[in-house]
Amino acid sequence: MALLEVRDLRVVFQRRGTEPFTAVDGVSFDVDPGQTVGLVGESGCGKSVTSLAIMGLLPSRGNKVSGQVRFEGTDLLTLSDKDMRDRRGRDLGMVFQDPLSSLNPVIPIGLQVTEVLERHRGMSRKAAMVEAADLLGRVGIPDPQRRLSEYPHQLSGGMRQRALIAIALACRPRLLIADEPTTALDVTIQAQILALLKELVRDTGTALIMITHDLGVVAGLCDEVNVLYGGRVVEKAARYPLFADPRHPYTHGLLASIPRLDGARGEKLVPIKGSVADNIPWDHGCAFAPRCPNALPVCREVTPELEAGDVRSLRCHNPVLPGTPAAQEVPA
Amino acid sequence: MTAAVEPAATAAPVGDALVSVEGLKIHFPIKRGLLVDRTVGHVYAVDGVDLRINRGETYGLVGESGCGKSTLGRGMLRLVEPTDGRVLFDGTDLVGLKGEELRRMRRRMQMVFQDPMSSLDPRQSVESLLVEGLRAHGLDKGREATGKRLRELLSAVGLPSTSLRKYPHEFSGGQRQRIGIARALAVEPDLIIADEPVSALDVSVQAQVVNLLEDLQDEFGLTYLVIAHDLAVVRHISDRVGVMYLGGLVEEATSDDLYAEPLHPYTRALLSAIPVPDPEVEDRRERILLTGDLPSPANPPKGCRFHTRCPWKQATRCDTERPELREVLPGHKVACHWAEDIRAGRIRPHEVEAVLVEEDGVSPDMPLVGPASVSEVLNP
Repeated sequence: MALLEVRDLRVVFQRRGTEPFTAVDGVSFDVDPGQTVGLVGESGCGKSVTSLAIMGLLPSRGNKVSGQVRFEGTDLLTLSDKDMRDRRGRDLGMVFQDPLSSLNPVIPIGLQVTEVLERHRGMSRKAAMVEAADLLGRVGIPDPQRRLSEYPHQLSGGMRQRALIAIALACRPRLLIADEPTTALDVTIQAQILALLKELVRDTGTALIMITHDLGVVAGLCDEVNVLYGGRVVEKAARYPLFADPRHPYTHGLLASIPRLDGARGEKLVPIKGSVADNIPWDHGCAFAPRCPNALPVCREVTPELEAGDVRSLRCHNPVLPGTPAAQEVPA
Repeated sequence: MTAAVEPAATAAPVGDALVSVEGLKIHFPIKRGLLVDRTVGHVYAVDGVDLRINRGETYGLVGESGCGKSTLGRGMLRLVEPTDGRVLFDGTDLVGLKGEELRRMRRRMQMVFQDPMSSLDPRQSVESLLVEGLRAHGLDKGREATGKRLRELLSAVGLPSTSLRKYPHEFSGGQRQRIGIARALAVEPDLIIADEPVSALDVSVQAQVVNLLEDLQDEFGLTYLVIAHDLAVVRHISDRVGVMYLGGLVEEATSDDLYAEPLHPYTRALLSAIPVPDPEVEDRRERILLTGDLPSPANPPKGCRFHTRCPWKQATRCDTERPELREVLPGHKVACHWAEDIRAGRIRPHEVEAVLVEEDGVSPDMPLVGPASVSEVLNP
């Protein structure tokens, strides 16, 4: 049994007087202990909402969450608020994108780390402080003893993200969710943070769900990758087959549209035409169809199902043939 | 060796310099005090930069946040006042220009900003946004001609002509960036400075804007200065690339050379840190992980500004003498004392202890020196 089994997760936002909006539309995936699973997609594809739903952090009003999120057999969606609070921080850790807005600006770093330790591991303030200094040191913060009494604004972006990771790891969670942990950081700092996450997964056996829009980050870190589009998984594969041979036109298009540092220069990039605003609902067709270079008439009539194959699952009527170079540029 | 040099010689565009920057310094004073503004220090945002941009080329400026690349771009347009140095635009020194002369010069150099939402007035229609620049520079030649010009502009950036009546909020991020580009193009500039033109956009849309910039350059013979932190994007569109670190250029070369053989330790680390969307490459490549953070530009390290984080730092010169940007290979300039030795492999990288970054002089927890209130001044 996998550590985390997400089954048919669906999040619908409903505000009075507006059409309901389905942000996550039947997402299923498994995470094994020690495994790194990536959720990739552009803004609005539902990757962050998926993580918030797993953590039970969505607001209590204005949305409907259905499906199952089984953590070691227990469905997290059925737990009471109190039981969920016991889990969060202890079994499930989370690292957010913007470390400045997810740390409390008026509480010293030390106190924010020890809060978790006192709450979940029942440590005394004194013991927790010792442990906190140790944790900060382990995530690579120089002079951790001094940093304990400092406030978030006194730390640099990279250090804040490290502090956030230290808080998430304080109780040695079995599952860590990292939601765009390096997007707000510079590349050299990003490399440090990614190396740290990799090391933590290797040393502690923590399972990691990595949420990102950066395919480069995924290529270096994730064992398995789920590509999301319009709230659904469109392609799911291990990272090697996914990058070597992307079959869904969206994955294929994404890879063709980013300039590569080691690619040939001077070649034109092949963008995906249109933008997310052109999506059509999944009910009668494929949401990607209006932007898809491979679209057939059937794509606008029949909803494609996620079909599992040997190496990948794919949701497409007319996938890109293996070994196809970047699609021809279509005028937007 | 000659083979490695050749592409540099051919890739460097022939043609004269459109812009040349000489010893440009932009320092921002740090003010303290309530009644009397006293300057307690300076942020050395740009501290002695020389560069030239040839007509028709794309110059890419890369660096991490806080390295001064945006300030340099703005300083070149005099959107911030340079402290020292010269900016020669087509032979005219912009730093000395005033009033009407400067205003007329501005028609020839335009800027495209990073965030297309906050750089477009939400209460102006697209038409009014585009016409504003035309009017200011006396290019509005009657209703019909202007209407035609606007439609041309929109079609050049790939927007339907119905967009004229719409407002910025009705467009997606990529479309808004197109409007920003159209606005810059409206006054027929020679130089466009694009400050992070694609970083606020979704990956699938970035390529559209990158291609648009390239097409427009071919069509109108524009010269670009592209400022970005994403080296992959910069490498793709630039002919030459300059790498900035803490207010200074540390390396400058053609984009192919820079990637093929980065000579400055910082450039090496930067290139090795950029993820490549290919697991095989990712598993194989060696990362040069820098320790610590960018030092504060208010208190830059003595000597080479990179020496606090440099894995190749040597016992002498690095911490005492600031290296000049010098030509090490043809067309390839580096500001490193030991560039040749590092290149030949005579110096090996070593471990670096992370140094705490202290913002001396501007630390927010530093007690305010001076009167804390008006009553304190009146009743000493």
